Amino acid sequence: MATEIHAARRETAAPVTGRPAMPGLLALAVLLLVLIAAPYVLYPVFVMKVLCFALFACAFNLLIGFAGLLSFGHAAFFGGAAYITAHTVKVWGLPPELGILLGTAFSATLGLAFGALAIRRQGIYFAMITLALSQMVFFMALQLKFTGGEDGIQAVPRGHLFGVIDLSQSMAMYYTVLAVFLFGFAVIWRTVHSPFGQVLKAIRENEPRAISLGYRTDHYKLMAFVLSAALAGLAGGTKAIVFQLATLTDVQWQMSGAVVLMTLLGGIGTLFGPVVGAALVVTLENYLAASNLPVPVVIGVIFVACVLLFRRGIVGEIASRFGGKRP
Amino acid sequence: MSTIFGIPPQALFGQLLLGLINGSFYALLSLGLAVIFGMLNVINFAHGALYMLGAFVAWLLLTTAGIGYWWALLLAPLVVGAFGVLLEKTLLSRLYKLDHLYGLLLTFGLALIVEGAFRHFYGVSGQPYPIPDLLRGGQNLGFMFLPNYRGWVVVASLVVCLATWYAIERTKLGAYLRAATENPVLVQAFGINVPLMITATYGFGVALAGLAGVLAAPIYQVSPLMGSNLIIVVFAVVVIGGMGSILGAVLTGYGLGLLEGLTKVFYPEASNIVVFVIMAVVLLIKPAGLFGRER
Repeated sequence: MATEIHAARRETAAPVTGRPAMPGLLALAVLLLVLIAAPYVLYPVFVMKVLCFALFACAFNLLIGFAGLLSFGHAAFFGGAAYITAHTVKVWGLPPELGILLGTAFSATLGLAFGALAIRRQGIYFAMITLALSQMVFFMALQLKFTGGEDGIQAVPRGHLFGVIDLSQSMAMYYTVLAVFLFGFAVIWRTVHSPFGQVLKAIRENEPRAISLGYRTDHYKLMAFVLSAALAGLAGGTKAIVFQLATLTDVQWQMSGAVVLMTLLGGIGTLFGPVVGAALVVTLENYLAASNLPVPVVIGVIFVACVLLFRRGIVGEIASRFGGKRP
Repeated sequence: MSTIFGIPPQALFGQLLLGLINGSFYALLSLGLAVIFGMLNVINFAHGALYMLGAFVAWLLLTTAGIGYWWALLLAPLVVGAFGVLLEKTLLSRLYKLDHLYGLLLTFGLALIVEGAFRHFYGVSGQPYPIPDLLRGGQNLGFMFLPNYRGWVVVASLVVCLATWYAIERTKLGAYLRAATENPVLVQAFGINVPLMITATYGFGVALAGLAGVLAAPIYQVSPLMGSNLIIVVFAVVVIGGMGSILGAVLTGYGLGLLEGLTKVFYPEASNIVVFVIMAVVLLIKPAGLFGRER
């Protein structure tokens, strides 16, 4: 009986969500073209950094934008995976794809443990618990032997993808990162437009109602958390290969704050917002690093301005002005 | 008996004292957070930055104006409190209609600004702040040596915590405050100025953080980073204690400080994470926290 109800609901949900809207597909095509052409115009390492953070922000957005859960501890998944990938590739001598896969698996497992604890509370508590748990990972990274303490893991070899493609060539590395990003983005796109994604949105809008409809919301929230953690890990592991290092910066709570800013700036709950936000923040950081201005202050001011003035973010504002509804 | 569980008593009591002192700061800070949360429903992420600000105001008063510790103990919380009132009036008050998470995000941005600014001007190396003359030296308790200043910090924080608890739980003003947290509209209808009370509460909460900063200045170095790592532990304290009660914040603060000190003696590697492990265990058993109510 229960499965029948579920199947019926899936049918009614399909026409609404089955095919993404036209503007979305158009934006996707533009994004794809820009990303394919980008390394010829811009410094490839810079674009790779943007891509890694964009995937990280998209993973984070899956949680806050579609399930309404503000995690303040995503650095643990991003940085944790970076350490695992860097260690397995450098010390164990694994090929890069396996290293990234192990990093992702590590983050997924960590996400399962943290998520199971954190979803016991809601709202602000949820944010504080994820923050505190991720700080635990930070102290582990500071103290465990294999992480190299303050120095981190340096000089990680990029190696050969599938034993064939030499990743020390920056174009090969770039298109690998692009492929990883597109894979992650596709997973998120598919998730958001699936019945599972609809349930997440229902939980975001009104959890008691979702419960009364018969959904076990804790299961859905936990699954979303694990998926988000795994994708954040995918981004972190890839970053470790690109930059050939894993350091404390990646697991620090300031990193969790940075990803919140990227998502907020681009537009929480939009598919493309986190990509735009990540690109802006990384560009800004690169640009400011050369100037005399204190970076955290500028970032903080943008943060405050976002919260006070344009909470929908850049993509959110554009969509609401031209599209008339949330994408 | 020369050792306790194989540990020399001096080392054990020394660490316990250190734990008690850390616990004093946890208690003062989580108390401020609890008071602010109770009234504004905002988790004040800027609390660590304001604690740092308190220490810096004391240091600046000393180095630029020659104003010593005892006046700083009064002036720095006032400055921090006034800054808090300004923040509440101009920024925070715009967000009450929205999801509480925006308050957390706004104060996170404020923390970045305050800490970033101090880091820009004073670097990350700490500035020393002398112990006031009156509290130099120490007492030999027989089993350990107690520096006077550390004893003072514990006593001062205990007094402040108790006074705050008394004011909120036992006085008429506290009764209004508690009533306003339950039903602000009704309390306002009785002719009580609730917005003013909200502003005053925020000012008082952050003044507590400023006071903790002044108390900390002679023990830890005055550095822009002093608040940012402490605040996460205080968040964990808050989760463990449960936001419902003032008493929970205070007791959990001291308790976890002591526990951290004990861990430092018996298993030093875990001392940084023991609070978070406790948090995980408490969440498994009592999701609302030790003293919290399920809402």
